[in-house]
Amino acid sequence: MTLLRVENLAKSFKGLRAVDDVSFEVTEGSILGVIGPNGAGKTTMFNLVAGALRPDTGRVHLGGKEITGHAPHRITAAGMTRTFQLMRPFYSMTVLENVTVAVLAGGAAKRTARETAAEVIARVGLDKWRDAPTEGLPTAALKRLELARALASKPRVLLLDEVLAGLVPAERTPVMELLERLRTEDGVTLVFVEHIMAAVMRLSDSVLVLDLGRVLTSGAPEEVTRDPRVIEAYLGEDPHAKA
Amino acid sequence: MTTTTAPAATTAAGKPLPRQPWNRHLLAIAVLTVLLIPLPLILPPAQASVAVRVLIFALMSIGWNMMSGFGGMFSFGHAAYFGIGAYAGGFLLVEHNVSPWIGMLVGMVIAAAFATLIGFLALRYKLRGAYFALATFAFAEMLRLWATNSEFVNRAVGYHVPLRPESSWWWMQFEPASANYFWIALGLTVIALVVSVQFVRSRAGQFTKAARDDEDAAAAVGIPVMRYKLLTMALSAAITAVAGAFYVQYFLFIDPDLAFGSSVSIQAILPAVIGGVATIWGPVIGAVVMGPLNDVTATILRNPPPALEFLQGRGGLDVIVYGALLIIIVLLLPQGIYGALRKRWSRR
Repeated sequence: MTLLRVENLAKSFKGLRAVDDVSFEVTEGSILGVIGPNGAGKTTMFNLVAGALRPDTGRVHLGGKEITGHAPHRITAAGMTRTFQLMRPFYSMTVLENVTVAVLAGGAAKRTARETAAEVIARVGLDKWRDAPTEGLPTAALKRLELARALASKPRVLLLDEVLAGLVPAERTPVMELLERLRTEDGVTLVFVEHIMAAVMRLSDSVLVLDLGRVLTSGAPEEVTRDPRVIEAYLGEDPHAKA
Repeated sequence: MTTTTAPAATTAAGKPLPRQPWNRHLLAIAVLTVLLIPLPLILPPAQASVAVRVLIFALMSIGWNMMSGFGGMFSFGHAAYFGIGAYAGGFLLVEHNVSPWIGMLVGMVIAAAFATLIGFLALRYKLRGAYFALATFAFAEMLRLWATNSEFVNRAVGYHVPLRPESSWWWMQFEPASANYFWIALGLTVIALVVSVQFVRSRAGQFTKAARDDEDAAAAVGIPVMRYKLLTMALSAAITAVAGAFYVQYFLFIDPDLAFGSSVSIQAILPAVIGGVATIWGPVIGAVVMGPLNDVTATILRNPPPALEFLQGRGGLDVIVYGALLIIIVLLLPQGIYGALRKRWSRR
C-alpha cells in the first residue's frame, strides 16, 4: 500500500528551479533512498514534503490525505517527521529534556512523558548521554538525538536528511542497524537522503536519483547504480566505490 | 505542598530519571513568603516602602522574563502592559467607581489581548531580534502618545485616586504606611512566581522554550510554534499589568509617562537581567538590588549633598545609575547574579 505519494512537486527560487516536477511513491514499511550530486534538490524536496517550504505546484499525500503546504507541526501530527541535516538540538536542554518535549508534542501525558523519552533514548543508544546538556555533545550523539527526537513523535514516515554524514565508518553500522530495526520492529517507513553509497545500497528497497532538481531515474539500488546516467551525474564518481 | 522526596521514577534500563527542580522552587517560595510576612512590622516606614517598590519591580520583571527570558522574544515595550494595567485600574476607579481588584482583572485581560495582537503582527511579519524589540517599543510609545492626547483618559493629567475616609480591602486603600500594602504586593508577587514555576514546567512552557531554542526543530517535532508564543506573550503581559494596577493604588497617581514611558520598560527588563534572564529567581534578586537603588537616587535628587547640588530637582539620575549597573552586570556577570551563582553551585 502506498503511504506517501508525491506528485509533480516543483519549487523555484528567483527563477532557479530547485525542484522540478518530482514524483514518487513510497510503500508502507519500505525504505526509499534519495541520492544525487550536491545541489540536486534533495534537501529542498525534503523541505517541500515536510512542510518547511510551500511548493509552487504539485501535491503531497500521506496515507490517502492531502497534506500539501500544511504547516510542519500539522504534518508531524499527521504522522510524518523529519530530521535536519545540520543537527538542531534545543540547546538549553539536556538530551532527556529534548526528547521529552518531542514526546509531549506528540500528545503524551505529562506523567509518563519522561519515561517514554528515556525509553526512546535507550533505543537509539544514547543512554550514556541521557542527562547531559546538548552543548558540547559529539556529532555522533547529536545525530542520534535528532533521530530520537523524531522517533518520539511516533511517526509512520520518517524523513532522514543525511543522518550518517559526519560519522566515522565504525559509528555508521549501529545507526544503520537501528534504521533496519525501525522498519522491521516498528513498521516505520523511511525516506532518507544520503551520500554514503554503502548505506544506500544496504538499506534501500528502492532508490530515487535526483539531478538538477529532476528525477533522473528510480528503481532497485543495483539497477540504479549501474545506470550510466547516474554515473554521469556523479561526474565519473563511481557510486560503487567504497565510501 | 508536595515534598521533594518523592521516589524517583526509573526507566526500563533502571537508571533513575534525574530529579526536577520545580518542587524545590515552590518550597523556596513558600519558605520565603513566611519569612517575609513580618517584614513591614519590623522595618521603619521608609524602608517598608522600599520593600513595596522591590515587589513592584519583581512583578513587572517576572512578567517580562516569561516572554523575553523563557520565550526568547525580547520586549522593549513592557511599559505598554504596565500602563494598561495602571490605566484600567485608574480609569475604572475614578470614572466608574469600580473596585481596583476588578480594574486589575480587566487590565490583565486587556493587556493580554493587546500583547496577543502585537505578537501576532510581529510574528506574522517575521520580526526577529532587534526589529522585534523595536516594534514592541513602538507600540508602547503609541499608547503613551494616545494617553497623552486622548480626552478619554484625561490627557497628560492622568488619574488621581480619590482618598477614602476609612481603610478598605475592597478599595485597596489603607492609612499611609500600612503593612497591608506590602502584604498585597507580596501576595501578588508570590502568585506570579508560582505561576511562572508552573508555566515553565508545563507543556506550554516546555514548548515555548523549545521554540526559543530552535523554531524549525520545534515545529518539526509537532509544536504549533505561533500558538505557544502568543500564549506566552499574553501571560507575560497580564502579569506585568498586575504590577501597573497595584502601582496606581499604592502611589495614588498615574500619568502617561509614569505608565507608558520607556523608563518603565527598562524597569521591567533590568531586574531580570541583573538577577538572571530565563531563571525563576532572577527577576526577584534583581528587584532586591534595584529597589534600594531607586530609593537612593530619588533621595539624592530631592536633597542632594552639597557636591551634587546641581542635581536638585532634576530627573533621570535613576536611569543613569541603572545604565551603569547594566554595563557592570553585562560585563562581569553575563548570566546575572542567580545565573552566576547557579553555575558555581553546579560545578561543585
